[in-house]
Amino acid sequence: MRPTPLQPPFLDRLRAVACPVPTDHRLSPFGIPALDGRLDGGLRSGALHEAAPATGSLADDAAATLFLAGVAAREAADSGAPVLWVSARTDLYAPGLAQAGLAAADVIYAEPRDDAAALAVAEDAVRDGTPCAVVLEASRVPMVATRRLQLAAADADLPVLLLRRRGRGGDPLGEPSAAWSRWRVSAVPSAPLPVAGVGRPRWTVELARRRGGEAFSLVLEGCDATGRLAVPAAAVRGTDAPAGAFRAAA
Amino acid sequence: MRRRELSAPRPEPRVLELPVDDDPGACSVPRGGGWRPGARWARDGLPDRAEVARRVAAMPAHARPPMRELGRRSEAAEHPFRGGRDASSSERSGAAAPPVSPAIVTVPDAAPLVLVAKVGRQDKVVAVCGTAAALGLTVGMAATHARALVSDLDMRPAEPEADAGLLNRLALLAVRRWTPTVMVTPPDGLWLDLTGAVHLHGGEERFCHRLRALCRRAGYTARVALADTPGAAHALARYGADDVVVVPTGGTLAAVSPLPVASLRLDPDALGAARRFGFEAVADLLPVARGPLARRLGLAAVLRLDQALGAAAEPVTAVTDPAAPAAERRLLEPIGTAETIAQVMADLLGDLVAELRARGLGARSIVMTAERVDGGEQRVAVGTSRATRDAEHLMRLFRLRIERVDPGLGLERFAMVATLTEPLDATPLGAVLAGEVQVRDPARLVDVVAGRVGQRSVYRVAPVESHVPERVAVRTSSVAAPGSWPSWPRPVRLLARPEPLSRVVALLPDHPPRRFEWRGAMHAVVAGDGPERVHGEWWRRAGEVWASRDYWRVEVEAGGRYWLFRRGDGVRSDTGDLSWWLHGVFA
Repeated sequence: MRPTPLQPPFLDRLRAVACPVPTDHRLSPFGIPALDGRLDGGLRSGALHEAAPATGSLADDAAATLFLAGVAAREAADSGAPVLWVSARTDLYAPGLAQAGLAAADVIYAEPRDDAAALAVAEDAVRDGTPCAVVLEASRVPMVATRRLQLAAADADLPVLLLRRRGRGGDPLGEPSAAWSRWRVSAVPSAPLPVAGVGRPRWTVELARRRGGEAFSLVLEGCDATGRLAVPAAAVRGTDAPAGAFRAAA
Repeated sequence: MRRRELSAPRPEPRVLELPVDDDPGACSVPRGGGWRPGARWARDGLPDRAEVARRVAAMPAHARPPMRELGRRSEAAEHPFRGGRDASSSERSGAAAPPVSPAIVTVPDAAPLVLVAKVGRQDKVVAVCGTAAALGLTVGMAATHARALVSDLDMRPAEPEADAGLLNRLALLAVRRWTPTVMVTPPDGLWLDLTGAVHLHGGEERFCHRLRALCRRAGYTARVALADTPGAAHALARYGADDVVVVPTGGTLAAVSPLPVASLRLDPDALGAARRFGFEAVADLLPVARGPLARRLGLAAVLRLDQALGAAAEPVTAVTDPAAPAAERRLLEPIGTAETIAQVMADLLGDLVAELRARGLGARSIVMTAERVDGGEQRVAVGTSRATRDAEHLMRLFRLRIERVDPGLGLERFAMVATLTEPLDATPLGAVLAGEVQVRDPARLVDVVAGRVGQRSVYRVAPVESHVPERVAVRTSSVAAPGSWPSWPRPVRLLARPEPLSRVVALLPDHPPRRFEWRGAMHAVVAGDGPERVHGEWWRRAGEVWASRDYWRVEVEAGGRYWLFRRGDGVRSDTGDLSWWLHGVFA
């Protein structure tokens, strides 16, 4: 006896039961089909997103920072509201952020004493609803705190971008979290230029986990002046410089 | 006689060996004449004047003989019209005696000035300046008497109402500037409760000097005393030895003891009684049993003594700005839970906002005072970065503070005062009319965050016109709108201090390093951009006159992009020592 083919309405119902994530939320697309297609249209706006450097090096940390700064910059450009950057560290360099699209007028900095205070500040700010995005740098974030942030972000419909720093415990994405998506970013060598000099930064962006989606990994080019990423152009045969060659611009 | 019976036994004055005996029977002058003052035979074997003075100075103050006993016949007699010194004080001579009347701040080179007012049916002097006091004029003297004594006397009518008004204004200034709890003590004093506020003014000594400097700039002289209790400070400010007296914690008893009894704010009857019974200094009151003391001086005097020494509480009625918008709720039953406190806060804010709206004001800071049933007071304050009268926003700020209210056995009275207000007119509804549901005001966000981490930890970063990377960004007010930076490539993380690189291989002067070691790891450079030369700012520091740095943005083999610099331009040695440093990290 042949099994009855599943009817489309039945399929929808089954999908709703299997995947309880509501799909009618606001999305903020990256503007890159390769990325947005795998994310079902873009990052969910009202959610908690985590990014962590792939290794403990400062270069990967900077890449993860700029990855989140780009998301926040695009939110700020769309809404006109400021971004709240909550960090207990003092090494963030505002001129560098401005070159990723977060101008000085777009960012309000908060400098809490420790991670617990940072989480409280971020939650207060999200519940206030004034900023267009909240960027939070923390190393130790318990599961309960991420769940609270995720719920608050969903209520306020604004993204909370959590930059997980590497503590002594190794990979921060190994800890449980209620974040909607978790990213691992690392800096990779840039495309060789036909002239001397350093090319556009290039990162490996790896989606380690996403609610209701699959993990993937992409090599992307870093933020431009408006915070947008790009897919590297396919290398044209013959333009590659020989490996190990030194390029410098005087 | 009576005095000797009542007060503590005092040592009898020692009989002094006098250089010249008054007794004619024991006269040492040889008969037959030849006496002249200061003759050598008369001086020999007797202590000279300096020796006597030394011995007199070594005696305790109460035992010193008056000058007349030293045999000086030409001693100036007391002026018959210079009254004011009562009998008790004229018995005590010597410089160590504490002042009996309140100290007067003397202004040099001023004409003698007295204030005259009608007391009863007579014009009397009610205040004297230092010069006038030195001329023997005293408070309580008849005006005609004073004029007869000093011909060029500047005599002006007293204006107690104007004085009180001035004192009130000064108190309000103190509330805004020094401490929230200030009380006026007419006719000439202010009490400032400095508990928990001293560190804001640089410590106790500096606070006193700042306060005096403020008064001096405003044209007033002031005496400041700082003590554990208001009563002690009151006494020391008026009868203390110096213009600024700071009593260390626990030193109240020692500081107050030598002061005259009048410093205790006694009424005239009690003062008269104290004089009759021979109580001169506060120290005289201390050993006396409470019962007899109360019977002689009255219960009020005992209470004043206790208040000065800290044994009895002294309520302070703080000055409040009558013009400040305020709201008050007295509850039928004391409350203690967070929900009920939040409810009262919301009610109070409703009242306050209505008043602010009626006056066209916005609040910058609001203080809520909650009184407990046991008399304690709980104080909660919020501040806003911009004038506001949005009850919902203010309530959110207050809700963050509820946990700091200690209800104790219950709170029964709440008052809310907008201590700092600014004009706030109607605001345009542009965004709302255009269809935007949510009004986004950064000031509101700043208030919420500052409620958690403090006003200083919320900021924006503004550009500064400089090329030195450490100096291009400064923190500014969180509600300012800063400009932008020039678009030179800049790292996203800048190390607080540049970190030195070792084992650098580089071609001088215009090439980035080929390899460098940083934090123990060797990095091979594959590409570099630069140099970007940054000169020292000679107008800031002498050390930067010739200094320069050459910055490179380099990419290493593993993919990291770093911002390196070399001190010096590679040609001239006085621009730097050619050491290499890592300053920032690009993404």
